Amino acid sequence: MDIIIAGGGKVGMTMARQLAAAGHNLTIVDQNPQVVDEAVQRYDALGICGNCASREVLDRAAIAEAELVIAATNADEVNLLCCLTAHGMNPNVHTIARIRNPEYADQVMTMHDTFPLSLTVNPEKQAAMEIERLLKFPGFLRRDSFAKGRTQIVELRVDNQSKLAGVALMELSNIVKCRVLVCAVVRSGEAIAPSGTFVLKEGDRIFVTAPTDDLASLLKNLGIITRRVRSVLICGGGRVSYYLAKLLAKNKMTVTLLEKNAARCQELAELLPHANIINGDCSNHHTLEEQGLGDCDAVVTLTGLDETNMVISLYAESRGVPQIITKLSRPENAALADNMALGSLINPRELCSNTIVRYVRAMENQVGAAVSVHSIAEGHAEAVEFMVDDTTRNLGVPLKSMKLKPNVLLVSITHGAQTQIPNGDSYFEAGDTVVVVTSGGRVLNQINDIFA
Amino acid sequence: MNYKMIGRFLSQILMIESVFMLPALIISLCYGEMVAVNSFLLTLAIGLAFAGALYGICHRAGRIFGAREGLVCVGLSWIFMSLLGALPFVFSGAIPRYMDAFFETVSGFTTTGASILSDVESLPRGLLYWRSFTHWVGGMGVLVFLLAISSGSGKEGFTMHLLRAESPGPDVGKLVPKMRQTALILYVIYIVLTVINVIFLLLGGMPALDAVCTAFGTAGTGGFGVYNDSLTSCSPYIQNVTTVFMFLFGVNFSCYYLLLLKQFRAVFKDEELRLYFAIVIAAIVAIAINIYDLYGNLSDTIRHSAFQVSSIMTTTGYTTADYDKWPAFSKGILMMLMIVGACAGSTGGGIKVARVMLLFKSLKRSVGQILSPKKVQVVRNNDRPVSEGVLSNTNAYLAAYLLIVVISYLLISLDGQSIGTNLSAVLCCFNNIGPGMEAVGPTCNFGFMSDLSKLVLSVDMLAGRLEIFPILVLLSRRAWKRK
Repeated sequence: MDIIIAGGGKVGMTMARQLAAAGHNLTIVDQNPQVVDEAVQRYDALGICGNCASREVLDRAAIAEAELVIAATNADEVNLLCCLTAHGMNPNVHTIARIRNPEYADQVMTMHDTFPLSLTVNPEKQAAMEIERLLKFPGFLRRDSFAKGRTQIVELRVDNQSKLAGVALMELSNIVKCRVLVCAVVRSGEAIAPSGTFVLKEGDRIFVTAPTDDLASLLKNLGIITRRVRSVLICGGGRVSYYLAKLLAKNKMTVTLLEKNAARCQELAELLPHANIINGDCSNHHTLEEQGLGDCDAVVTLTGLDETNMVISLYAESRGVPQIITKLSRPENAALADNMALGSLINPRELCSNTIVRYVRAMENQVGAAVSVHSIAEGHAEAVEFMVDDTTRNLGVPLKSMKLKPNVLLVSITHGAQTQIPNGDSYFEAGDTVVVVTSGGRVLNQINDIFA
Repeated sequence: MNYKMIGRFLSQILMIESVFMLPALIISLCYGEMVAVNSFLLTLAIGLAFAGALYGICHRAGRIFGAREGLVCVGLSWIFMSLLGALPFVFSGAIPRYMDAFFETVSGFTTTGASILSDVESLPRGLLYWRSFTHWVGGMGVLVFLLAISSGSGKEGFTMHLLRAESPGPDVGKLVPKMRQTALILYVIYIVLTVINVIFLLLGGMPALDAVCTAFGTAGTGGFGVYNDSLTSCSPYIQNVTTVFMFLFGVNFSCYYLLLLKQFRAVFKDEELRLYFAIVIAAIVAIAINIYDLYGNLSDTIRHSAFQVSSIMTTTGYTTADYDKWPAFSKGILMMLMIVGACAGSTGGGIKVARVMLLFKSLKRSVGQILSPKKVQVVRNNDRPVSEGVLSNTNAYLAAYLLIVVISYLLISLDGQSIGTNLSAVLCCFNNIGPGMEAVGPTCNFGFMSDLSKLVLSVDMLAGRLEIFPILVLLSRRAWKRK
């Protein structure tokens, strides 16, 4: 598919990496010649230097043949104008705009009607919603929902007190007393597709598939005590913090927000009447203690620097804060953080590009397309949800006689309201929802791609 | 420095080269030339064994591949290609000395066409084919071929470094977003034009193998002939066909792509193409007037003038007349054309019309700057501003070009030939033309030169084809240091 990416910032480059790997024809437009040069050298794409909202530049980017424009420059207005101009030049083109200014957040839905936008993305808001979900269901590092919330893939860390250390995967069900499936393990930065004889070690992070109803028993049997989160300390006062504070206030949680810049504090105080806005340096331990770090239920580090976030999270861990969430903007840093107790990791740009990749896949293949795509294990594996219909092959065939491609694992089948973790005798029929985990860079566009 | 990745590319290049030898092997088999067959088989065995071993060592390479690796990789690939390609000549005894065979093969791959052979017609047919085929591969570049056939390159953009290092021109870019597609488009255009050329030559009654070899020499703008007197004894029809096709292969290939897209206006307005046309026409007319007395009739005059201008300007090096006997003015024009060369993005060599144009434009700007120091001026090409980076690269290219000419000239002079011979030998090798003037003129060859001179000229040919920097970095110590 011919795709134009306008803006070579963090989101633009992440998109370029994922879409180039999926084999699309990419044209990257940016005003800065250095950014364009860098992009062309890193990804197999055509680079054009210029303003993406101008007709002349879009014409050079062959807008007439393009099927999708992704506008992700740092200015929302430019993104809108870019989509508007592109649509004017080629009415068939799909447009995705990044709109992230909180002042526009409430009018995004009306924008869809006024402007010819196919999709708007807001990485910061998405990240805030993800963090809210984690805080509402504590105990897991990360949680991805599938099949309308009936299936979950949760991330757990095997630490030294865990019952899981030294356990082979086939004995796992005896310990947790419910049927679960470990679909990926991250050990020292490397993702492993484990077999039944795989033995877990301290420091592993595991991705477990389970029916939503079994989550509570999973937590209980693993000895993870969960406590309702009532007070949250947020470090840094950026856009994610703003969205998060607003969401948490709705959930009646007490929010304390630390921000260094006095003017920004004033702004936030005006926007967030229910949050305690503190003007102070959150990298200072004294300030953190003063704001009750030791007593709060959760710490969320959202400053602009990954390093600062990591250090504060480590400090919070050492002070025994029950739940910690760390924002890391560079995915490569997540590999470093593997052996550190940083709690859950959040990467706004990855969340955002997941949304866009899902949209692109849906465009590519209307029938049998992936309902949702989540990248797990630092992007080394992907969990993909499919609807089974009449065109799906191997309907009613038990799993043990089905031939799947290597690196493809069928992790759950939802039939009506019933979710099951499949075994050799499981089968699926039309109308079911299945979740598949795939690793090793394989791209699944439709369900029939999983069969060998 | 990612040595393993470079090793992997090298092994792939050598494997491709081995595959390319198969047609030559088959031709030798058909003609029953057992000596040539054995020499090809031996070369294939050596090539595949070496490539296999290299691949075994290097197949698990890291992913970091920067501009430095790209340059070194291209430079080394061409040297190793030539080292391997020279073997059949030595094993078959056609060219007994390895240095001579190396010179001949470098001359082939770099599309120069400078030869050390005095009797080409006595070569086994398989070797003759291989000799011409090196032109064809070298014209578009073997790494570009690798990019066109390898599917694994889709995930990373680093292949851009390879395209930039191997393709001629001041500002190399892709035609379409995907590298593989770009390389494929280039090769398809190249193959189609070559096939059309072969058909035209066959229509003129040329034997099939001769027509294919001649077309290879034309397509790569190489110039290895299949006859001892190049194209002198061929019919005027064949000479005219070759004139036209040499000219066509000297045009930037992206112009052909634009024609395929039906963007005729963009092609017609292309400044480099217009200048190329203008220079060719002006040179033909000037030389025709100057040599009219030698031939006495208009059609012969125009034919020879046009052929030589087209041949020299595109840096092919076929001849229909001994231009060394022409008046000094005509020789002077040909010498200038040698330096200018063909269009950027073509198979030709030389400084390239695009660079000459940029140099003159920036000269004009400098003069303007002296006259009104506060005026802000931008150099434009096809109505788009040219970045300062491209301009300074062009200037640096000219400086490197002059430096290499001077050093090579001094080294060649150790042989004790005349000034005209030495200078034209350097220029015609460095610009990938082939025949020069005087002792290395169209009727002579390079066989008499010393080994040192042959080595210097071989390096010049490689530097000329790869536009200097990939060869120059091989000499720099920093290129080999670990980061």
